[in-house]
Amino acid sequence: MIRFILIQNRAGKTRLAKWYMQFDDDEKQKLIEEVHAVVTVRDAKHTNFVEFRNFKIIYRRYAGLYFCICVDVNDNNLAYLEAIHNFVLNEYFHNVCELDLVFNFYKVYTVVDEMFLAGEIRETSQTKVLKQLLMLQSLE
Amino acid sequence: MALKMVKGSIDRMFDKNLQDLVRGIRNHKEDEAKYISQCIDEIKQELKQDNIAVKANAVCKLTYLQMLGYDISWAAFNIIEVMSASKFTFKRIGYLAASQSFHEGTDVIMLTTNQIRKDLSSPSQYDTGVALTGLSCFVTPDLARDLANDIMTLMSHTKPYIRKKAVLIMYKVFLKYPESLRPAFPRLKEKLEDPDPGVQSAAVNVICELARRNPKNYLSLAPLFFKLMTSSTNNWVLIKIIKLFGALTPLEPRLGKKLIEPLTNLIHSTSAMSLLYECVNTVIAVLISLSSGMPNHSASIQLCVQKLRILIEDSDQNLKYLGLLAMSKILKTHPKSVQSHKDLILQCLDDKDESIRLRALDLLYGMVSKKNLMEIVKKLMTHVDKAEGTTYRDELLTKIIDICSQSNYQYITNFEWYISILVELTRLEGTRHGHLIAAQMLDVAIRVKAIRKFAVSQMSALLDSAHLLASSTQRNGICEVLYAAAWICGEFSEHLQEPHHTLEAMLRPRVTTLPGHIQAVYVQNVVKLYASILQQKEQAREAEGAQAVTQLMVDRLPQFVQSADLEVQERASCILQLVKHIQKLQAKDVPVAEEVSALFAGELNPVAPKAQKKVPVPEGLDLDAWINEPLSDSESEDERPRAVFHEEEQRRPKHRPSEADEEELARRREARKQEQANNPFYIKSSPSPQKRYQDTPGVEHIPVVQIDLSVPLKVPGLPMSDQYVKLEEERRHRQKLEKDKRRKKRKEKEKKGKRRHSSLPTESDEDIAPAQQVDIVTEEMPENALPSDEDDKDPNDPYRALDIDLDKPLADSEKLPIQKHRNTETSKSPEKDVPMVEKKSKKPKKKKKKKKKKKKKKKKKKKKK
Repeated sequence: MIRFILIQNRAGKTRLAKWYMQFDDDEKQKLIEEVHAVVTVRDAKHTNFVEFRNFKIIYRRYAGLYFCICVDVNDNNLAYLEAIHNFVLNEYFHNVCELDLVFNFYKVYTVVDEMFLAGEIRETSQTKVLKQLLMLQSLE
Repeated sequence: MALKMVKGSIDRMFDKNLQDLVRGIRNHKEDEAKYISQCIDEIKQELKQDNIAVKANAVCKLTYLQMLGYDISWAAFNIIEVMSASKFTFKRIGYLAASQSFHEGTDVIMLTTNQIRKDLSSPSQYDTGVALTGLSCFVTPDLARDLANDIMTLMSHTKPYIRKKAVLIMYKVFLKYPESLRPAFPRLKEKLEDPDPGVQSAAVNVICELARRNPKNYLSLAPLFFKLMTSSTNNWVLIKIIKLFGALTPLEPRLGKKLIEPLTNLIHSTSAMSLLYECVNTVIAVLISLSSGMPNHSASIQLCVQKLRILIEDSDQNLKYLGLLAMSKILKTHPKSVQSHKDLILQCLDDKDESIRLRALDLLYGMVSKKNLMEIVKKLMTHVDKAEGTTYRDELLTKIIDICSQSNYQYITNFEWYISILVELTRLEGTRHGHLIAAQMLDVAIRVKAIRKFAVSQMSALLDSAHLLASSTQRNGICEVLYAAAWICGEFSEHLQEPHHTLEAMLRPRVTTLPGHIQAVYVQNVVKLYASILQQKEQAREAEGAQAVTQLMVDRLPQFVQSADLEVQERASCILQLVKHIQKLQAKDVPVAEEVSALFAGELNPVAPKAQKKVPVPEGLDLDAWINEPLSDSESEDERPRAVFHEEEQRRPKHRPSEADEEELARRREARKQEQANNPFYIKSSPSPQKRYQDTPGVEHIPVVQIDLSVPLKVPGLPMSDQYVKLEEERRHRQKLEKDKRRKKRKEKEKKGKRRHSSLPTESDEDIAPAQQVDIVTEEMPENALPSDEDDKDPNDPYRALDIDLDKPLADSEKLPIQKHRNTETSKSPEKDVPMVEKKSKKPKKKKKKKKKKKKKKKKKKKKK
């Protein structure tokens, strides 16, 4: 089960934080800082999995952004790595840069909610997700 | 009025929308907090407006601020207002804000119940969808209870989009409101066979999560999942199912046997690494549970190990890491198959990634045997030298010690080598594990009697070394080793070559810079040394020598008496007085050595860690009985505020119970004294405890070493352990030759013997005899102690609450609570309940009749289906 999804930039600013478990606000801040500390120290030579408290973090770095998913210890690492890649390759994010994420952050949340729900991977098919998102966009 | 409206709309023109807010924050990097508090004030103004678009805009901005870390819980009610907007975009913004900021402590959350219910049964699937998504983040037990039924009906919605969401959310609902699991479960099972693959995988996901925590309830679903596994091609689903099987197999070994074949097929056929890894993991889990070990399973193990080796050899760090992780699982049950890959794992120790190194270390921990321990530790020591100044070095140190001290030092054949390793480790600077090394030294010295002489000589060299004193200011630093060194030298002083020299080393002025607890040990052991020196001198009739030693003590002890640490001060002053007294006696030529050494008679043995707990309660002692007569406790607490006036009355009842229980106290005192007398470690109040001195027969335990040259040169400062490795090889070679000779003799004698298991030329671990006679003193436990372990279970674990038996039919009390406006008869089966529910949940809504008609049409469509 996914505990939370975090997108941060190298400086530690949160671009997206989706929590699938109850945390207090200050706990959330602490977690964000800790994840940042753990993940930015690692470079390409390190594995994409880090043990973190009694969970583990699977992260991937794309340009200046770190996409981190925090899961239970006995979950399959490679599957979630693929999920991250799947998420980023989304056609909706056509040539997206960090600034776009900042200004349209609620759209990012929509995409996240399309692909992950209640701590599980919901949809992996790119075509389906894209169709849904275009339909939602037409409603605006 | 008109002016107000105009003014209002002009104001609205200047409202910031989200883009402006973000841009503004980016432009105000220096005074961000001030700018943001300004924005928050503006937002508060906007929220007071009636226009829903304005409110939505404000909430959108608030969500952004929440992401940056600002608290927006004060706006909870406004968020609910936005959630109730009819336009989809606004509703979405409201739900997003709610999902980010609502939690169980939010008071207004119960106001959302009806709104969510409305949205859940809305004709627009997007409204329903967004409500479900938002709900998943902030569902509380109350919400779960109220909405469980609605969500359950949604599981049978026409659109798979909604069905999928509903199924996934049910998991959250189950967590918060476990009573909903039983009624909802049949529906969930149906979804496993849903025509839409997305819904199917969602159902698989949910059941897998549930089964992971409480596997025995879902065993009946195993055949269904088996079918799914063989028919599905979706990797994500397969991974989940295989993981589920991994959780189920410990309970049902037959399932395990059936699984081996399809899993091995998958391992061979799949190209997806993630699936491969999951299969290997599950195969390992199955084989662990099938520990009966049928012959064909060794083939599967070999296959797994082979595949894992491929993973570890891959250049991708992730695969390496996972391979190592899985290998360590195999190690626990099939160590032999893993040991052949030792070279690969030693290679991984050189990897740049720390987590890989740590995994490799863990593996090594399980892979040591008597044969390769020295080699492995040597390799680890080279790593320790390379890893200067990192936490990794500390980790290595703990690991080395762990590996060596495994299972009561099972794998160490030469303790002299081990002590030299420990001494080498003391040369590390800046480590925080000095106490570990110290503990090991103490342990080995106490338990392995044969090694004491060697240990003592090493320790006295340590006491001399200056650099250890240099790090004396660091907490838990390497100077802790001096603690062990001093104690060993003192306790086993009979093995010391030059006790006088050691005594002087321990009395050096620099010693006062050491931490208090180490100094205390120094002081105590100085006296032990002194005693043995006195013994020696008196036997040799060197009265002057004896007096010189006493004078040395008198000269140097005062520096300890002036110490700031209480323990040191007390011990030093006590001993100083004693020594002065001895000095007076010596002046009168009275032989004192015998009495002084009687101070330290007796052997100290290691005590088991649970010994104190296991001390049996002596008969007749009731620990729960009141010692004094119980004053009515609750009353006395109430009386305390009025105690000023009732003080005298309270005092009188207190006196009476104490007199009456004098007898009881005396009885308990006796019982306590008994216990203390039996426990040799109880530190009695008198300074000279009486113990019997047992002479340790030193010579018989030390085996006769064949060649004198085996004793290595003691060159202080140079590593000696390498020489031991060579020595060890020579020794083993010699042993092997001897054994071969013996075996040949035996074979000649028994040519006719029908031996199926003839002795093979390969050495096993047991063939290697240790270099020293290891007389490991076992830990002391009180009599009649039983080994026992208590499980600690967290009473608040939500997963435990889900441990419900699903096979029993539903009872009446377990139906989900439904909102009813009229009293109707309750039906007995859940299926009948459902269509009635659908009718009733719609009636309380005061919506337009059009909606009712639409719903009736929907129902008709369903009935047709």
